[in-house]
This record gives sequence, C-alpha cells and structure tokens, in this order.
Amino acid sequence: MSPNKAEPRPTPQTQPFWDGCAQGELRLQYCPSCAAYYFPPRAMCPRCWSTEVEWRRVSGRGVLHTYLINHRPAPGFEEDAPYAIAVVQLEEGPRMMSNIVGIENTPENLVLDMPLEVTFEPRGSVMLPLFRPAKGARQ
Amino acid sequence: MSPTNGRAAVAIVGAAETTRLGVIPDVAEIELHADAVRNALSDCGLSVRDIDGIACTANPVALAHYLGITPTYLDGTSVGGCSFMLHVRHAAAALRSGLCQAVLVTHGQSGRSRVGVGGRGGDPSSLQGQFEAPYGPTGPPTLFPIGVLRYMKEFGLTHEQLASVAVVQRQWAARNPRAMMRDPITVDDVLSSRMIAYPIHLLECCLVTDGGGALVLTSAPRARDLPQPPVYILGTGESSETPMVSQMEDFTSSRAFRVSGAKAFAEAGITPADVDHLMIYDAFAHLPIYGLEDLGFVGRGEAGAFIEAGNTAPGGRLPLNTNGGGLSYTHTGMYGMFAIQESVRQLRGTAPAQVDGVEVSVAHGVGGMFAAAGTLVLSNREP
Ligand SMILES: [Zn+2]
Repeated sequence: MSPNKAEPRPTPQTQPFWDGCAQGELRLQYCPSCAAYYFPPRAMCPRCWSTEVEWRRVSGRGVLHTYLINHRPAPGFEEDAPYAIAVVQLEEGPRMMSNIVGIENTPENLVLDMPLEVTFEPRGSVMLPLFRPAKGARQ
Repeated sequence: MSPTNGRAAVAIVGAAETTRLGVIPDVAEIELHADAVRNALSDCGLSVRDIDGIACTANPVALAHYLGITPTYLDGTSVGGCSFMLHVRHAAAALRSGLCQAVLVTHGQSGRSRVGVGGRGGDPSSLQGQFEAPYGPTGPPTLFPIGVLRYMKEFGLTHEQLASVAVVQRQWAARNPRAMMRDPITVDDVLSSRMIAYPIHLLECCLVTDGGGALVLTSAPRARDLPQPPVYILGTGESSETPMVSQMEDFTSSRAFRVSGAKAFAEAGITPADVDHLMIYDAFAHLPIYGLEDLGFVGRGEAGAFIEAGNTAPGGRLPLNTNGGGLSYTHTGMYGMFAIQESVRQLRGTAPAQVDGVEVSVAHGVGGMFAAAGTLVLSNREP
C-alpha cells in the first residue's frame, strides 16, 4: 500500500462510518420517519431534519452510476493510472464516490449500471471502501 | 414587496447559540453550525424549508448542502470577527430587494478542539477529504466531468458532439485577436488530443492563463450622463447545490443552474426566446451542454445535437461564448468575469466577433464543480 495516497481523517460525526469499515461493514445513516438512508454522514436527516437517526449496516451492493478515467495520477496512484474515479449507486439509495478494483479500468470493462459489491482496503488508520464487480454477475 | 427605496423593514426574528459552549471535542466544526441553526430556527418557529438565504464565513455551499437548503442568496464574506455584522447588513439589503425571503447568518468554530476544521482544500477531515480525495482525483479535470458518461448513456450524446463544443468555440476565437487559441480545429483534432480524464480530452478542457477584469456599476439616471452606452441589469440569480460533485442529485443536470437561471429570467421578465446572445462558463466542454438545457434554451438531451448542428456557431441563431470561451479565449481560474465582459461588449456593439442586433445578453457562471451558479440578464435597453 502506498503511504502517499490521501487518507481520510474521521470526525465524531463520521466515526461510526469508519468504525463499520474497520469491521468489514458498510454503514449508512437511516431516518425512520423518512424511511430513507442518507450520505454523507451528518447529525440530522437532510430531508426532514429529524435527529432521531440511526446507523445501519447496508448490503454493500450497488451499481456503477457514472465515472471517469483519470490519466493524471494523484500522489500514490502512479502504479494504478489510468484509473477510474467512480460514483456508485448503492442499493439503499445514496451514492458515494469510490474506485473500482478487481478489473482493468477501461471504458470497455466499465459499463454503466454494472453490479458492484463493496470491499475494503487499508488506507492509513482506516479501512477504505472500494468496489469490485459483483460475484456471479455477467462481465 | 413594494419599491420603497430600501426603507422596507427587516428584523432579526430568531437567535440562539450552540447547545454547548467551551470545550466540545466530539463535534465537527460544520456540525457546530448546524446545532446553532437548529436552535435558532426552534427559537423563531421557522422551518429549514422557510430558509432560502445563507451567510457564513465558511463555505456557504458546503453549509447549505449539509443543512439541506437550496439557497437563492449566498454570502461567504470573511473579513474577520466582524463578518457577521456585514452578513446582517448584506442580508437586510437582500431581503429588501427580494433576492430571498429568509436568511440564516451562522457561525460555528472548533477553535480549541480543531475537529473537522475545513476551509483549506484537501483537509482530510472535511467531507471531501474523507469521501472524495481518497479515490485519487487531481483537480477539476478529474472530477468535474464525472457525470458526462451518465449523460451520454441517458441521452445518447456522442463523443463527436461533445468535441463539437470545442470546435465551435474555436470558430468564435478565430475572429477574436485577443483569444489565446485561434487556429481552426476539427472534431478529429479534439478526439485525437491527449486523454486527460476519459471521456475528456485536452482540447475539451479550458486554458490556464493570467489576466483579469473589472466592472463599475452606478444608478441608471447617473449612467445616462456617462459616455458609454449603459448595460442594464434586468435580472439576477444565484444558487448552490453541493461542494461534493459525487453528491449531485442528478449527474446530467445542475440544480444550481436551474434555480439560478429561473430566478434571473423571472426577475427580468423574459424567456430564453428573448435572449440574443449567451455566455455559459465553459470550464470543460460539457458545461455549455448542461447550461443550454438547465437554463431552458433547449429540451433535455437536445444540447449536443443543437451545438453540433451549428446553432451556437457564428451565423447560428443562438450565438454562444462568442469570445471563444474558457476553451479558446482565456481561463485564469475564475473565468466568470470574462463572460460578463463579453456580454457587455456585445451589448455595446464593440465585440471582436460582434453579433448583429444584440439587445439581451445572458451571462451564466458556475462555481466549483456544479457547486454554485450565478446568472445575469443584461440589456442595452433601459427597463
Ligand atoms: Zn428524515
């Protein structure tokens, strides 16, 4: 693992997300009154402003919503270039940025709406959620 | 709201501090803002849905997104500890003139515990630092166009149509002696230029230049006594969506564009059909495509074909980015000033690539990566 890649630094409001990652779980906040998940983390539901929200483990499944392929590598990414910077549509509703691993990052391989599943890799003091083609999915 | 020459009454109706004060090591700075806001709204009995203006010394885009607000008034004035007095003053003027209906002026600072202290790009505890930077972006070229493939899938936009944006703007630049890039280019030239961030090639990215601009505004009666033909402000709009491009509601459209544009057009009392000349901030080739649709000049999914067919080119029915734009004229980093300058030249009749009969010009700018937007409707006819 390159020591130079950018490392997230959790805050008290985001710590439960990173605690989940450390245990191999993707966790999102859920608002019972809206019956909806949201991301990124914050103390109140952005729809109804309820602070009665909870952290829940989610499936880790999603689809490739959109991406680009970066030909100008960031520090620590030199060996990976060109690499996709992607937005994953999670099964539970929210979207998050990520990288796609386990498949060469080419326009031919990366087809929008292809199924993905979360995986984690160490990055500094946290485990970073990444996505790979879902097992059993057509490639 | 009646025209009362700025005398309409404005009041502070809610006021509160954070729930706790002192040492608060378990709350990120942005959440201190949110806590104070919740308390102030509770104090006055208003809901966050009533709020359409936001002022703070931090990035008001980030705070509005965090709170779930779609603002039509943003004030990020940051001049030190007195900034909030200035925010109140600006807010009073904004409320009197109808830019918005209710403004939040907020403060939150983790000055002692330094938790989630943002403000500088790349802070690893900011939301961008935690949820975008770890995935390896290297500046706007590798983030801003992230929705283009989604747009292509939704609407069938082709790589050739995207490239035609750069080709058409070079046609305008060829008529402008001050443009940095003036040699004609073809779609093939664009598509064979270096790949920067697939599907964006070098010639679909803006220039990086040095330069500047300035504007002077005064009252309409006074303007009549001055030598230059006045350029009147018919309508203005502003809005924001999210400081994180990955959190756009729709990757094929900018909410900030839609809100800002609609506000400006409504204030001016015009529709896109009344516009003779248009400037849309083109940091990358997809910006004019999103702008044409989000401001209502064409229907959803139609902008690529519209540009490819020559409608925005010299001689076309909607002259767009007639200085050559950020792609071919200049781009210092904050190009919006240059878009306004070209609108003024076109309305004065002094542009190098002058369009005949321009009476209404629209200059539309983007802030960040679809984070914010501002729209001006300008005219050489006194309203
Ligand atoms: Zn809710």
